[in-house]
Amino acid sequence: MSGSASVQPTRASWASAAAWRGMFRDRPIVPLVGLLALMIVVIRIVQPDIISPGWVGVTFRAAIPLAILAACQTLTFLTGGIDLSVGAVASMSGFMVATLVGHQGLAVALLVPLLIAAIAGAVTGFGVGVFRVHPLIMTLGMSLVVLGLANVWQLIMVQTGGGVPPDLRTLGSATLGGILPYSLLVFVPLAAFILFLLRGTGYGRLLYAIGDNPIASRLSGVRSWQVLVVLYSLSAVLAAIAGFLYSGLTNVASVSLVDTAVLPSVAAAVIGGTSIMGGRGGFSGTIVGVLILTVLTSLLSSLGYPEAVRQILFGAIIVAVAAAYTRVTAES
Amino acid sequence: MGASTSRSGGGAAILAAVRRNAWTIGLVVFMALLLVFTKIIQPSYGAAGLQGLGSSVLPLALAAVGQAIVVISGGIDLSIGSMMALTSVVSATMMNEQPEEFAIVVVICVLFLGLAIGAVNGTLAVVTRVPDIVVTLAMSFVWAGCALLVLKTPGGGSAKWLLNLVTGSLGTEWIPRAAVLLIVVVAIIWIPLRRSRLGLSIYAIGSNRLAAFRSGVPVGRTRIAAYMAMGLFAALGGLSLTASTGIGTPVPGPYTLMSVAAVVLGGVSLAGGRGGVFGAVAAVIILQLIRSDITFLNINPNLAVVVQGVILIGVVMIGSLVQIRRARA
Repeated sequence: MSGSASVQPTRASWASAAAWRGMFRDRPIVPLVGLLALMIVVIRIVQPDIISPGWVGVTFRAAIPLAILAACQTLTFLTGGIDLSVGAVASMSGFMVATLVGHQGLAVALLVPLLIAAIAGAVTGFGVGVFRVHPLIMTLGMSLVVLGLANVWQLIMVQTGGGVPPDLRTLGSATLGGILPYSLLVFVPLAAFILFLLRGTGYGRLLYAIGDNPIASRLSGVRSWQVLVVLYSLSAVLAAIAGFLYSGLTNVASVSLVDTAVLPSVAAAVIGGTSIMGGRGGFSGTIVGVLILTVLTSLLSSLGYPEAVRQILFGAIIVAVAAAYTRVTAES
Repeated sequence: MGASTSRSGGGAAILAAVRRNAWTIGLVVFMALLLVFTKIIQPSYGAAGLQGLGSSVLPLALAAVGQAIVVISGGIDLSIGSMMALTSVVSATMMNEQPEEFAIVVVICVLFLGLAIGAVNGTLAVVTRVPDIVVTLAMSFVWAGCALLVLKTPGGGSAKWLLNLVTGSLGTEWIPRAAVLLIVVVAIIWIPLRRSRLGLSIYAIGSNRLAAFRSGVPVGRTRIAAYMAMGLFAALGGLSLTASTGIGTPVPGPYTLMSVAAVVLGGVSLAGGRGGVFGAVAAVIILQLIRSDITFLNINPNLAVVVQGVILIGVVMIGSLVQIRRARA
């Protein structure tokens, strides 16, 4: 069952291979950034005129909401979980803002979906932590509930109409001087918060501990259900924020807007080096993973490849990267 | 003990069988109650309703059977929806404007395609040692992309006799053809598999992979075989989609997540090694019946999705509570 060491050809190459492995294992961000740089070089060669400050801005703008969703996956992966309800929660929040803003004003329109998301996330965390429901099933069920309720809300609100508020459109899609997207105003504090949460706080360490060895963490006094309730609430709130940005980016309010981003968000976290089995990874790798996926999308569409090729390449890259991680970590 | 078994051997055996299949029997009883309930709230629900039920649940039921086999073996396949889309568009493209008889060749080709796709998923999961959930998630992109390469927009065609196979009734109007087809397919593929050495191995690696390995079960090969069986059922599901709609659609339907939901409701443990395919089929029918009941009751149809989600969460919560209790006792 356990990993069988692959045969090394010579002693001399063993040292360098081991060093390479060690770096891949401990600092996955280094080879990831290398991969990203390689892709940019490829773009530079095949489409020399595409890379411009504007292109960087557009890439960041597309990457930021996905990165927030991928943060949800990263955090839940660390405990050995997964959050498949991010798509439904994000779509719901974008839709709620668009329907509420006309009557209630922007502040209320933003607060209500955040509150609903927090409640949905707390229920998810309760199911996962107290009832020990598999996170895959719990978040899947929760996404059905949220989607259904959003549909009901849609039928109620269909007469009153509404639209994506202009402030949100600016935040999601406008850029400063054609380069810096305004959504960085949301993303930079959020990313700093998540990075600090994981690296500098006891709560972050508890996430790693639960994912690494749930029994050991329980025996050392961790009340894992409390950690999980907070975790899934946080994840749902992050998803709701991503939903605001998505509806601002696309100027669309729909109850299924973000559904197509769920699998890419999982993919980004996997590529970024966070183990789906828990206990290993971090958000910085995920950010690079998101950038890799976004740049790849941009490269393929600029080359005129159809959507189909992009999907096939996405899948192939995920398997290859995940296999590489499994190989290097199984031999530690 | 020996005396009592010899005295009432038959009764004890039946009791033991009931206890073993308590969950499935409970589901079937619930399904029957739901059917009665449907008849009460919608007196016109009759033979036509049953036929409609049969054809509407067929693709998901086949997907759930395939998913159940993989989950029993301790894996999970998140690419089943994409696999169904791929096999559906391949069959629709091949059958388009071809003579009716040619469709037999197409069906056989597509079934082999399903086996091959399943083998690719299984082999990748075994060789790379990446968790099944990640491999199959990645492959769901790949198969969906392939489906888009085959057919950009919904199109193609289907043979008439395939449509007749999944709609209408057989003998009396009360027996939907789709139900007969489902029973025949499951009986031909699953029951021999279940009773074979391979079937036992699939259960063994699902309940304890290390123990199975140490008792000489070829773990890798068995996992690949389970994925191949799932690919076969995914291909059947894709064919039933093409047959019932007459075209192939390259966009994956909701079958991946719904099949996981049905499998869990059907009493198959996500940890593997437990349950069977019949519970999953019963769960699919129950989910569909609840959906139509909500329409009949004139409740907002979108609440059906909420109810499905609540049932899914609720049933699994109760199930795991029972397990936690049992573990403590």
